[in-house]
Formats: sequence, structure tokens, C-alpha cells
Amino acid sequence: MTINPDQIVLFEWGWFKINSTIFFTWLVIFLLTFGSWLITRKLSSVGELSRWQNLLEVLINGINDQIREVSRQEPGPYLPFVGTLFIFIAISNILAIVPGYVPPTSSLSTTAALAICVFIAVPIFGIAHQGVLNYLRQYLQPTFFMLPFNLIGELSRTLALAVRLYGNMMSGTIIVAILLTITPLIFPVVMQALGLLTGLIQAYIFAILAMVYIASASKAHQEIEKKGEE
Amino acid sequence: MESLALVGIISIATAGLTIAFGSIGPALGQGRAVSQALSSIAQQPDEANTITRTLFVGLAMIESTAIYCFVVTMILIFANPFWNYFLP
Repeated sequence: MTINPDQIVLFEWGWFKINSTIFFTWLVIFLLTFGSWLITRKLSSVGELSRWQNLLEVLINGINDQIREVSRQEPGPYLPFVGTLFIFIAISNILAIVPGYVPPTSSLSTTAALAICVFIAVPIFGIAHQGVLNYLRQYLQPTFFMLPFNLIGELSRTLALAVRLYGNMMSGTIIVAILLTITPLIFPVVMQALGLLTGLIQAYIFAILAMVYIASASKAHQEIEKKGEE
Repeated sequence: MESLALVGIISIATAGLTIAFGSIGPALGQGRAVSQALSSIAQQPDEANTITRTLFVGLAMIESTAIYCFVVTMILIFANPFWNYFLP
């Protein structure tokens, strides 16, 4: 039993190794881009919608609504980043029912990469919203002495994002593997179904938390605006 | 006692303790959160959407403490860094 799919090497040529994390990540990326390209090739705004276009529209609308409710801002600039996070994690978790598939999110390297994306995106969105000085001033709130705590908070929430997703997905595969040795008949199926639910919820939570962090980095600006209006 | 056996015993016992104690706190916290959310939904059914979303995010935050314990347990059992010091 292995708790790290990075160690499963599928293909090796000299120093060049393809482990299952890389392979299945690229598989998911390929599925998503190729599928989206196939669907968006022939969009129609009049007449009958194709089924797949309807699916994508429902998905995008749902993500838009969620972003709007969480951040109380227009979802336009955030949709590409947050939506991609959600769709990528959701698809890589859901495909876990396919036999032989190892979810790339059950490897700490994938989740750490995703968390680092959020870690970098937060200052980018924050600076784009309120400028460098205003953004940096946030770290001095409420007093100067809170600076180290703000910095630690920034780092620890990135770590928490990564370990949360990794732990949830890894526990799913591990528990199914352990149950297979004890009660191999029905229980693994039940746990697999539960794993699908947790996978979707974790994808949702990862995206929502990324959105919350980004929104909190660009919030101070809004408050100043509100005061100006009053 | 041989140090390898000692490392094994301590690791496995600590792993059990970690997951046992580590799940008590989050279980209590999640129970409180769910009961509060249910009573809030009962009082204000119109706000069920917002409450449910916040509940899920909050549950995930609470659950992550249990997940940290689980990760530590798994590291202790399957990827123990201290084996290497004593393995011949």
C-alpha cells in the first residue's frame, strides 16, 4: 500500500520518469481542454441548445452565482481562476470511480501546486484591486505588531489548503484499500460512494476558500468606497 | 530491546493515540456546528441556502484538524522517517 502516487512510476527512460500523478494530471487536463473545445466549437445563441452546451452553461452560471454570493462582487475577473480550480479538482476526484485511475489530488505535490497558485493569486488580485501600497498596508492592520502574525496566517492557510485536499483524497483511497482486506464485498462500494461526495465537496470548498481569500484581499478597497458614498 | 522494534512500537501506539484524540475535538465541533445550523434553518427556512453553504465551508475547516491528525498517523505508519536511522 502506498500513500503517495508519486512513487508509482508508469514509464521510465533514463532520468526521464512519468509517475502516475503526472500522467493522470495530464489526462484530466487533456479531457477538460479537449472536451471544452469540442463543445464550444459550435455554440448557438438562437434556436435549440445542444445538450453539452447546456451543461457548460449551467456549470458556468452556477460558479458565477457562487462567486457573486461569496464575494459580493461581480464574478467576471475571478471566474477563470476559481472556476478552473473547481472544475479541475472536481473532475480529478470524480474520475476515481474509473478502475486503475489514481486521483492526482491524492498526491501532496498536486495539492501543494494548487495551493501555491492560490497563494500567488491572492496578492495579484489584491494589488490589481487596490494598488501596491494599499495592499501592503493590509498586513499592518490593525497595528504594526500584527505583521508577523499576518504573514504566518498567509503561509499557514496555504499549507492548510494543500493538506486538507490531500488528506481527504488520500484517506478515501486508503480507507477503500484497508476495507478491501477486511470486508471485500459491499462496504468498499459504500465508501467509494462516500468518497465521491467528499471529493465534490472538497473541490467546492477549495474553490470557495480561494475565493474567500481573494475577496478578503480586495475588500478594504470596497469599504473605503462605501465610506466615500456615505 | 532492539531500537528498531522500539521505533515500531512507539510509532504504532502513537498513531492510534493520534487518530483517537484527534477525532474527538473535531467530532464535538462538527456536532455543535450542525446542530446550530439545523436550528437556524428551522427558524429561517428562507436562508437555508446561505446557511448550508457556510455550514459546509465551516465543516471542512473543522474537519481539516482531524485530517491533519490522519495525515500524521499515515506518515507514522507508512512513511515513518525514523526507520531510516535504524535500518541496517
